[in-house]
Amino acid sequence: MKILSKIYVTLMLIFLYAPLAVMIVFSLNSGESVWVFEGFSADWYLSLATNSSMISGLEHTLIVAFLSAAISTVVGTAAAVGITSLRKKISQKLVMSVTNIPMMNADIVTGISLMLLFVFVGKLIGLDESLGFLTVLIPHITFNLPYVIQSVLPHLKQTYRNSSEAALDLGCTPVKAFFKAVLPSISTGIITGFIMAFTLSLDDFVISYFTCGHYQTLPIVIYNMTKKTVTPDVYALSTIVFLSVFVLLILYNTVQNKSDKRRNRHA
Amino acid sequence: MNNKGFGRRILTSPYIVWSAIFVIVPLLIMVYFALTDNNGIFTIQNLQGIGKYKKAFGLSILYAVIATVITLVISYPMAYFMTKMNISSQRMIMMIVMLPMWTNFLIRTYSWITILANKGIINTVLNRLGFHTLRLINTPGAVILGMVYDFIPYMILPIYSVMCKIDNSLLEAASDLGSNGFSRLRRVIIPLSVPGVISGITMVFVPSVSTFYISQKLGGNKTLLIGDAIEYLFNAGPDFYNIASALSLVLMVMILICLAVMNKFTNEDDGGVII
Repeated sequence: MKILSKIYVTLMLIFLYAPLAVMIVFSLNSGESVWVFEGFSADWYLSLATNSSMISGLEHTLIVAFLSAAISTVVGTAAAVGITSLRKKISQKLVMSVTNIPMMNADIVTGISLMLLFVFVGKLIGLDESLGFLTVLIPHITFNLPYVIQSVLPHLKQTYRNSSEAALDLGCTPVKAFFKAVLPSISTGIITGFIMAFTLSLDDFVISYFTCGHYQTLPIVIYNMTKKTVTPDVYALSTIVFLSVFVLLILYNTVQNKSDKRRNRHA
Repeated sequence: MNNKGFGRRILTSPYIVWSAIFVIVPLLIMVYFALTDNNGIFTIQNLQGIGKYKKAFGLSILYAVIATVITLVISYPMAYFMTKMNISSQRMIMMIVMLPMWTNFLIRTYSWITILANKGIINTVLNRLGFHTLRLINTPGAVILGMVYDFIPYMILPIYSVMCKIDNSLLEAASDLGSNGFSRLRRVIIPLSVPGVISGITMVFVPSVSTFYISQKLGGNKTLLIGDAIEYLFNAGPDFYNIASALSLVLMVMILICLAVMNKFTNEDDGGVII
């Protein structure tokens, strides 16, 4: 049984990583193809530095990811606190069902409906080009919000009432009570929400595809490249992204393990 | 007291206003487009025209169902085996499962072409071994493989996180009461992991049924899924927005019905299960 489960897990990991291995190997191809491997070279990595559409795509992606994650974290956390203190069960349910819409809806439907809104409004106020930076940012905030709310909400359910009431009883103003008593206890949820929002935004292709106009984020740039013949530079860029995340996760993991050990020692 | 109510409203109102403008209104506009013609006059022609896309709808559902079932069948043992590891390897393997999600999904899909193509990795190996070239790319199988591959982490993670929380004493109690491994699985673990399974099914089925990139890259031009049709029509220009909206509307309703049916099987009313 033990051996069987090990074999199974290993096979699954091979399945999960086979395409990524292909990506890394072919990013080092000296030839122009992502089919025929001609030899090792780092040229494609060097050529990235001069590829202006990719660099601007990366820039756009990072700006949108950061802004949308930050805004949705603030608005979403406030909303989560508000939702928890809504007294009527019905209004709570109503708000939560609206929250679930972007999570349950297919991305393509969300993207299209937002595009229609932007084009519609653009026509109303007489813009020639209604799609751009804002019409990428707004959808990203919109689809991030439910995830932030969902990751903050469980933490609030456990602590919110008791701790904020205790703080109020002890003479805090409501604002002070929030920052002193509630915020520290939900900070894990807020951080998780922010990270989730950031990664969702980084990875989004389908929704941006419909609403971006000329403001191309990295996934859109990549999409346009995969329409033509793909050269290994796309793989090189993705490899860099993959390895950076990999290193970050390893770091995070070691820090967590260390803090776990420390906690165990104290306990 | 009033003061408190006011504070509450201030906290939720930005979000409620935002959702109204950017979630509800866009959907209403989509419905408006679906029910009007190019001149803004009410018509049900767009919805009647959907008959032409019956095959695309059918194929999308078929492929998505097959992909979801395969994903579930191979993810479930994976999640189970993960819970049997020690804590630090569990965290490690969670990370390893999630890591591919941070690589752009277009690239992950595209890499499969290199593996599956007629001169790709698998066929090169087969040829070396003296076998004939297999047609792997541009087949329904390749599309389904792409769906399984792209969305499998969304199945493994929710099942795993539900299984993790199963109280060990329940399993011990089951053994004490005479259950063997199999009946423990059938009578304790599987029933308790249903919420994770449901959320996994949702998170794999919805993107699979509405995809357009996977089918275009791995299915060649032959496979027309409903996502492809919608994308094609929207790119064809504003004249086609009405029919495309009608298709999106039907797709949305269809997905909502599927989700509602599935949610019947769970009695969790926390408002959606997420990883």
